[in-house]
Amino acid sequence: MAVTRETLTINMGPQHPATHGVLRVVLDLEGEVILGARPIIGYLHTGFEKEMETRTYHQNIVFPPRVEYLATMIEEVAYVQAVEKLLGITPPPRCQVIRVILMELSRIASHLVWLGTSAIDLNISSVFMYAFVDRERILDLFEQVSGQRMMHGYMRVGGLQWDLPEGFEAAVRQLMEDLPRRLDEYERLLTDNLIWRERTEGVAVLPAAEAVAYGCTGPVLRGSGVNYDVRKAFPYSGYEQFAFDVPLGRHGDAFDRYTVRMEEMRQSRRIILQALDRLPDGPVAVDDRKVVLPPRRELVRSMEAVIHQFKLVSEGFHPPVGEVYHAVESPRGEKGYYLVSDGSNRPVRVRIRAPSFCNLQALPVMVFRGTFADVVVAIASIDIVLGDVDR
Amino acid sequence: MGVGIPVARPTITGVTEEEAQLLERQVLTTRAARLLAWARKSSVWPVQFGLACCAIEMMATAAARFDIARFGSELFRASPRQSDLMIVAGRVSQKMAPVLRHIYDQMLEPKWVIAMGDCASCGGVFNNYALVQGVDKIVPVDVYVAGCPPRPEALLFGLLKLQEKIERTGGTR
Amino acid sequence: MSDRRPEERLDGRPGERPDELPPALARIADAVGGAWLSGAVQEVVEFRGETTLLVARERVLDVLRYLRDGARPRFPMLTDLTAVDRFPQEPRFEVVYLLTAVDPQPGAPPAPAVRLRVKTRLPGADPRVPSAVGLWPAADWLEREVYDLFGIVFEGHPDLRRILLPDDWEGHPLRRDAPLVEEPVEFVGHVPKVPSEIIPRVPPRTRPT
Repeated sequence: MAVTRETLTINMGPQHPATHGVLRVVLDLEGEVILGARPIIGYLHTGFEKEMETRTYHQNIVFPPRVEYLATMIEEVAYVQAVEKLLGITPPPRCQVIRVILMELSRIASHLVWLGTSAIDLNISSVFMYAFVDRERILDLFEQVSGQRMMHGYMRVGGLQWDLPEGFEAAVRQLMEDLPRRLDEYERLLTDNLIWRERTEGVAVLPAAEAVAYGCTGPVLRGSGVNYDVRKAFPYSGYEQFAFDVPLGRHGDAFDRYTVRMEEMRQSRRIILQALDRLPDGPVAVDDRKVVLPPRRELVRSMEAVIHQFKLVSEGFHPPVGEVYHAVESPRGEKGYYLVSDGSNRPVRVRIRAPSFCNLQALPVMVFRGTFADVVVAIASIDIVLGDVDR
Repeated sequence: MGVGIPVARPTITGVTEEEAQLLERQVLTTRAARLLAWARKSSVWPVQFGLACCAIEMMATAAARFDIARFGSELFRASPRQSDLMIVAGRVSQKMAPVLRHIYDQMLEPKWVIAMGDCASCGGVFNNYALVQGVDKIVPVDVYVAGCPPRPEALLFGLLKLQEKIERTGGTR
Repeated sequence: MSDRRPEERLDGRPGERPDELPPALARIADAVGGAWLSGAVQEVVEFRGETTLLVARERVLDVLRYLRDGARPRFPMLTDLTAVDRFPQEPRFEVVYLLTAVDPQPGAPPAPAVRLRVKTRLPGADPRVPSAVGLWPAADWLEREVYDLFGIVFEGHPDLRRILLPDDWEGHPLRRDAPLVEEPVEFVGHVPKVPSEIIPRVPPRTRPT
C-alpha cells in the first residue's frame, strides 16, 4: 500500500483562547512540525487613521489609548508629543517628569498583563492572578490621577489635564517598594520552573538580522541582541536625564524575550524612583494660550481668556504646514505618530506606526520547523496587541 | 436560593407527627421551572470573546480583585458549544461580524448576550466604515453595559441584571 | 515656552536652516545630492529636525538600496512605509518610507540615532510604484496595507491583496474622497448630527500667526 504525505492546514482563531485577541493564523503542518504560518489580521480594524482625519487635534486625544489599550499613557504621550513637535512647543519640566512616571507605570502594567496571559497560555494560572493584583494597584494610581482606569485622556497638547493629586507620590513609592518582591516571586514561579524553561528556551528563535529586516522593535528586537531603544536613541520627555539600562537577550528565543521584559520592569521602577526624586515644581502646561486652555479662574477676569477658550474649544489650534514623525518606546516597540498638517484645524494624515504590526510579520520565521505547541508560546512572546496591529 | 420559593407544607398521609416534621426540615419543594432558572442563572459560563480594550477589563473582572467566579461564572470556556453567555467585549469590525454571528450560532440554547462597553452597545467612540455600530445589529442582546471600558464592577452589575432576567424569564429564551 | 520661529528650507520654502543639521545627516544630504544619485533626489526638506528626501518614482528603489547598503550611516531598518493622499493636489499620492539607522549586529553598541524619510509622488491616474519587498521583508505587509487603504499598486509584490479589510471590500477608505460612512447621532428634538461635523474643518488662516 502506498503511503502518502499531506500537509495539514489548520485554522487558529480569530476566536481562540491563546491568540491574545482576534488574530487568525493559518498553519500548515506535517504531523506536529510547522511548515508555514500565515497570520491573517484585520479583525479589529477600526479605521482610527481615517477617523482622526475628521477631528481636531484636541478631539483626537480620545483615540490613541484605544489603539494600544494596554499601555494607554504611553500611547497618549506619543500622540500628544507628535502634535507638540509639529507646533514646536516644549512642555514645562514638571509635565515631562510626570509623563515619565506615568509612562513607566504604564509599561509595568502592560508587562504584567503580558506576563499573566503568557503564563496562563501555558496553564500557569497563578501567575495570571498575581500579576493582575499588581496591575490593579497601578490602575488605582491611574484612577487617582485621571479618574479613569484605562482610557485616561490625561495628556493634553502642551501639558496635562491637571496636576497630580495629593498622596499620589506616596502611593507610587509604596508600590515601588513592594514591586521587587513581587517580581522576585514571578521569577521564582517561572524562571525556576522546568516546564516554563522547557517550553520557552530555544523556542520561537528570531535571529537579529531577520529581526531588523522585518522592522521588529522593542523586546522582540532586544531579545535578539540588537541594542535599539527609542528612549535611548531618540530621547523624549526628558529621558536623557535618567539613568537606566537596556536589557538585551542573546539567543532571540522566547525565554530571552521573557527575561528582557522582566528586567525592563525593574528598570522602569528605577526610572520612576529617580523621577520621583527629581520631580520639580512648576506649571504642568505650556503657557501658550493659542494651544492650551486658560485656567478657569481667569475666565471671570479676562475677556481675552474667554476668547481664547472659545476659539480653542469651537475651532482648535492651527499648526504650521508640514509633517513630523515622533516615536516613543512602547512596551511592544517603537510606537510612532506621523502627522501631516496643511495648516487647518484637522490633520491631513495621521499615521500610527504600530510595533505589533511589524513584530507579527516575523511570526512565520519564528515558528518555522517548530512544533504546533510552539505557536502559542511564539505569539505570547511577541506580545501583540491587536488594536495596534489592525488600527 | 432566591426569595419566595414556596415551601408548601407536605400533606403526606401515613407518617407520624415526628416524621412529618423531619420531612419538613429536610425536603424542599418548589416548581421545576424555578429550580431550572436558579440553576441556569447561578452558573452562567461565558465564552471567551474578548475583542479589544473591554477584554482587558473582562480579564480584570475574572481576576482576583473582582472575581466573577463568585457569581457563578467560574470558567470562560473557549468553545461556544460549552458556554451559555457571550460577553461581546470590544469593538466589532466588519470583518469580525460574520465570525461573531457564527460563534453565536454555535452556542446551545439557552444562551444570552451581554454587550459590554460602548462599542458593542452602539459603536462607541467610533462611527466609521470599519465598525458595526452596535452588536445588536447582528445578535440579540440581553444586557447592555455602558462604559469605555466599563469598570469591572459595572460588568458584574450587568451580570447580576442578567441573572435577574434569567430568573424572571424562567431560564429559557 | 513656545519657541516657534520662521524657518527656511533648502528650496526656499519654510524649513530649518541646513547648517544646523547634525553632521551625519549633512553627510547624507551631500551624498544623495552628489554625483552618484544626481537626478534622483528632487528636493531635501528639513523641518523640526527631520530630513525628508523627495525622490522620483523610477529612482526610489535605487535611493533606498543605497541608504540600506552604501550610505554612512547605513539604514538597515525600514521603520515605516505609508502613503498620504494629497487630493485634490497633483501628484496625488505620496508614498513615504521611514528609515532608521540601527546596528543589526547582536551585542553591538547602539548605532548613531538618525532617521531619514524618503518620499515619492505618484499621479492619481497611475498610482503604481516598484515594491520594496526585495530590500526589506518588512515591506510585505506594509505595502499590502497601503494597497488596501489607498489603492496604490506595488509592482513586483509577491502577494498584493487586502490585509485589514475583508477580501471582498470595495473601495479604498483612506483616500480623501472616500467617505467616512458615519451614522448620524439622533437626539430627541434636535437635528441628527454626525460627530465629524460638531467641529467643522476650518481652513488654514491666510495671515501668518
